[in-house]
Amino acid sequence: MKKIVFFLFTGISIYSFSQDDVNPTIVSGNIQTIGQYYQEDTLINAALPDQLLGFNGFANVNVQRGNFRAGVRYETYLNTLEGYPTSFNGTGFGYRYLSWSDEDLELTIGNFYDQLGSGMILRAYEERQLGIDNALDGIRLKYNPYKGIFIKGMIGKQRHRFEDGLVNGNGIVRAIDGEININEMFDSLRNSKFKATIGGSFVSKFNEDNNTPLFNLPKNVGASSFRANLRYNKWRFNAEYVYKINDPYPDNQNELFNYIYKNGEGLLFNLGYSKKGFAIDLSAKHMDNMLWRSTNVSVGPTDLLIGFLPALTKQHTYNLAATLYPYATNPRGEISYQADLLYKIPKKTFFGGKYGTSIALNFATSYTPKREFINDLGSSRQSYSTRLFSMSDSILYQDFNIEIKRKINKKWKFNVNYFNFIFEDRAVLVAQHHELIHAQIAVLDLTYKINRKHSLRWEFQGLWTKTTNELITTTEGESVYRKEDQGDWAFAQLEYTFSPHWYVAILDQYNYGNSEPSKRIHYGLISAGFINGSHRFSLQYGKQRAGVFCVGGVCRAVPASNGLTFSFTSSF
Amino acid sequence: MFSILILGQLPSVNLKDMEGNSHNFAKLNNNGKPMIISFWATWCKPCKAELNTIAEEYEDWVDETGVKLIAVSIDDARSSSRVEPYVNAQGWEYLVLMDPNSDLRRAMGVNNVPHTFLVNGEGKIVWDHNNYSPGDEEELYEKLTGL
Repeated sequence: MKKIVFFLFTGISIYSFSQDDVNPTIVSGNIQTIGQYYQEDTLINAALPDQLLGFNGFANVNVQRGNFRAGVRYETYLNTLEGYPTSFNGTGFGYRYLSWSDEDLELTIGNFYDQLGSGMILRAYEERQLGIDNALDGIRLKYNPYKGIFIKGMIGKQRHRFEDGLVNGNGIVRAIDGEININEMFDSLRNSKFKATIGGSFVSKFNEDNNTPLFNLPKNVGASSFRANLRYNKWRFNAEYVYKINDPYPDNQNELFNYIYKNGEGLLFNLGYSKKGFAIDLSAKHMDNMLWRSTNVSVGPTDLLIGFLPALTKQHTYNLAATLYPYATNPRGEISYQADLLYKIPKKTFFGGKYGTSIALNFATSYTPKREFINDLGSSRQSYSTRLFSMSDSILYQDFNIEIKRKINKKWKFNVNYFNFIFEDRAVLVAQHHELIHAQIAVLDLTYKINRKHSLRWEFQGLWTKTTNELITTTEGESVYRKEDQGDWAFAQLEYTFSPHWYVAILDQYNYGNSEPSKRIHYGLISAGFINGSHRFSLQYGKQRAGVFCVGGVCRAVPASNGLTFSFTSSF
Repeated sequence: MFSILILGQLPSVNLKDMEGNSHNFAKLNNNGKPMIISFWATWCKPCKAELNTIAEEYEDWVDETGVKLIAVSIDDARSSSRVEPYVNAQGWEYLVLMDPNSDLRRAMGVNNVPHTFLVNGEGKIVWDHNNYSPGDEEELYEKLTGL
């Protein structure tokens, strides 16, 4: 059948031909499976579950016809992979929705994901690699009453666990959001160099999960936010303010935060200038007491979160920089700053070389807010007071990093990185020694293009922690000054790719500088994959070190493992 | 109110570009010329390698085929402010759309990034690839010129 092109102008649509072409049924979806066969490895304390095999599988199917759209996701955790939340079990449907939309209205029933502003008071999202899924289950309406004006409202329960199917939490989340884009609203401003979008939201929750006889917890709690995005020429400024009324949560580690009735607030700023070849970006964040869940009882760290507290740090991808001392948002509060500078030295210059050289500098730091404790836990339970951007001297995290990237000629490319971290593990508790850790990392990443289709890539990384003044005696009877946490690491990887279908890689991580000689372990891993269009198969065998896996400032501790991993992804 | 006409296989999802203008993805078209849709993120090295490699040849591709590349960033609230500085510093000439809560990513069945689609002049997806290794751009170029 001949294909038709439709034209839309002045709101009138010209169309004809057969019904099938006017409203084609479009089916799309994807599948992802990961299986891991575990082997015993006492040297690295590898996880060895009774069932020996972990398997997670997901398949989405979406159907769209005319104004209707519907979809389901089938999920399988037989049994859940080690390190994944144990509250995900069995096999069944975890997500289903039906939606109808026309030019300016969209109605969704069932499960949906959404984000208001930067998500600080509402973000329903899925981060499958971390086992996070707080999809709302209810009804959502989006409406665009006039050009440039966007309104949405939603009500629902949140996904909490998976037991042969979706299990929602008890709390109810209700939200409205409005946004105005003044350049779309007023025709006279459409091509203005000044651009502005303003928005605001109100989110409330209702929950009766109250397992404390000591306190009378509010059953309805509201949070609101205001945001503005302004631009002028190459300048950009974003600001968002969020506020939440008293919402006490248990905290069995620190009485000063246990069931306190203090309001929470947050302020996020971002200022940037960018043009071809150059960009500078500054961000600042004040956040205090903004933990925001649809239940007030103790649950898993990433369970039933309504809000998402974005981290002001760069997400690193090189193994040692990404998985040993990664930053995670501190939900009690933090004051953070970040600065970025990007510059591309022009091509065909002395410093830029034939193709140009990219340089990226990033600095990020986070501190605990300065809290004046007011000793009122017997009465009003406000516990403390804070002032906007007033920070204490206790550092949570600091990250300075620089990246230089250059294509030397048609064959060779390199990427050099240096990282300098300060990581307060007494707040995060993910390292082997809970202490203030100072680490430096260097990375060299080289790519050699053998010919049009074949390439080799080498990656060399080193991590060095600071030596403490604590004298210890090793198992070999030697007296040494202990290095912070696990000491020094080396990493090397060689990858061979045969475009567009194959890759094979071998890597080794070696904890050569551990103060304890018996823990100087090699973690070797070999992997191979085959890609054909949207199908992707991969196999991996070897040892994986215990580490922390993070996406978007949210982290999950992954236990050490040894074994064979198989994965398959595809979309259609 | 007029119903949304589906030009081809692209789902109807509203996305903003870097300047905050909204675009209905289903209505994107390139006047009968092909489009490349590439899902990427600022934290994804192979994605950036792919888009930077194409950027070196993009002008020639546009001259030869009239193609338009749409780079869909799946960066979330943590990293979405890094998109514009990166794109401008690299000097990309693509249309960059923001998908901070993965709405389009879900609608197009994208598991992970990079995932690149080639859409012909009638809005039909004719090729896709979920990976990037050096040299993959050659296959895309062959498919593009073969349309």
